Amino acid sequence: MNWLMARVQALGGRVVDGVWRLGFAARFLALLLLYSGQSFRRLHLTIREIYFSGVLSLLIIVVSGLFVGMVLGLQGYETLQRFGSGDALGVLVALSLVRELGPVVAGLLFASRAGSAVTAEIGLMKVTEQLKAMDMMAVSPIARVVAPRFWGGVISMPLLAAIFSVMGVFGGWLIGVVVIGVDEGAFWSQMQAAVDFRYDVLNGVIKSVVFGFAVALIAVFEGYDCTPTAEGVSRAITRTVVSSALVILALDFILTSFMFRGGS
Amino acid sequence: MRLRQARFAYGEREILSGIDLEVRRGQVVAIMGGSGSGKTTLLRLIGGQLRPSAGEVWVDGQAVPGLGREALYRMRRRMGMLFQFGALFTDMSVFDNVAFPLREHTDLSPELIHDLVMMKLQAVGLRGAARLMPAELSGGMARRVALARAVALDPMLVMYDEPFAGLDPISLGVVGQLIRRLNDALGACSILVTHDVQESLEIVDYVYFVSSGRIVAQGTPDEIRASTDPFVHQFVHAEADGPVPFHYPAPPMAASLIGGGGQ
Repeated sequence: MNWLMARVQALGGRVVDGVWRLGFAARFLALLLLYSGQSFRRLHLTIREIYFSGVLSLLIIVVSGLFVGMVLGLQGYETLQRFGSGDALGVLVALSLVRELGPVVAGLLFASRAGSAVTAEIGLMKVTEQLKAMDMMAVSPIARVVAPRFWGGVISMPLLAAIFSVMGVFGGWLIGVVVIGVDEGAFWSQMQAAVDFRYDVLNGVIKSVVFGFAVALIAVFEGYDCTPTAEGVSRAITRTVVSSALVILALDFILTSFMFRGGS
Repeated sequence: MRLRQARFAYGEREILSGIDLEVRRGQVVAIMGGSGSGKTTLLRLIGGQLRPSAGEVWVDGQAVPGLGREALYRMRRRMGMLFQFGALFTDMSVFDNVAFPLREHTDLSPELIHDLVMMKLQAVGLRGAARLMPAELSGGMARRVALARAVALDPMLVMYDEPFAGLDPISLGVVGQLIRRLNDALGACSILVTHDVQESLEIVDYVYFVSSGRIVAQGTPDEIRASTDPFVHQFVHAEADGPVPFHYPAPPMAASLIGGGGQ
């Protein structure tokens, strides 16, 4: 009986902790948005973070996009040609990338490349009391450190997803048209006819913006909220990558179910 | 700067229980006590990072706990704080670190900021290190840069959290003399939280001893040296055992060894 009580208590404690943390995160987000005006006035801070989160993630995004596109080209052609529709390869590659793979894979890569770096940086600033020192100098760390990194992530993510998709289409073309020999005219014209700007591209962009918002928020929050020890920072980085991945996949399901309900 | 019957508790655990303390303009005051005696908490109360659970904290005629965020930030612009390991911004050069408060809080031209920063760095003897990054500095140099940054806005109150921790004897003397000289030049008041007895007694005007959240002794350096109070005596002469026990509370040794159940 005691054993059961202890279990129930432990479960209750965890739930209370979770809810408390969620509330703290919501308050953190409110403060972050409140101070964003200040950090936008000093745009160079945000631009610097776009460089760190966005530009420095380019290599992994470009290379991964290319390989994902090439694999799509191989697998897609393999399946399509069984039904005699190898010419539709362009459509398959473009739709898979623009609707799903672009935002989702770019989001996952972004979380592990840039999100983890942001968490580590903010966490280490906390460990070395830099955030406290800033606060004592009457400079809000949320305005000066957190908000620029957050917006740097939110702005970079859709651009990276777009670049990922473009590289993927290029990879698909490389394999489909150049290597396998699918008709180039059919590849591009079918793609142009089947991909709708609002229904496919815009929805993909919306996804990538939402993922960017989620990953950037998780990354700055985990860094800001970490236990200020070496172990605390390492746990925070792990949590950033794991929660970002889960949140991206869950959000992707929810957004997809609203955006693409059959048709077209 | 005045604390009156200030108390602070984390939940059930009382850290400070009724502290009375006063620092006047021009004074350098040391707060001494063992690790975990609540000294740093005291600084946090003064800086408004924590609010006392009871009692008053006054700085320059204003009650710190009652200040809103804006007012608190206005007050902090006139306070400097030196953190235990300097807390320099590692992504900025020495120059940018010292320029940071000036750039954030003033509209001075870049030329003027440059001159001010150079003057502050000259005061701590590191004008030649302006272009270095914090990772390239020794512990003592980092502490001096942090000191230059803490006084960049010519504060009325400077707080030092363990300014001597981990310094070699030469750096220790240099930092000590700097604290005194800067305080006199600024006409500010300085509060040192430290357990470095000999160095502090050389430079301060008044000393408070804190133990278990209370002020247990106070006086001028000469009074402290001559004190017969057992706590002060133990502290000043660095004796291992005395009112501050060597052993963490434990059951008798025999019980731990033979009883088997003990730790």
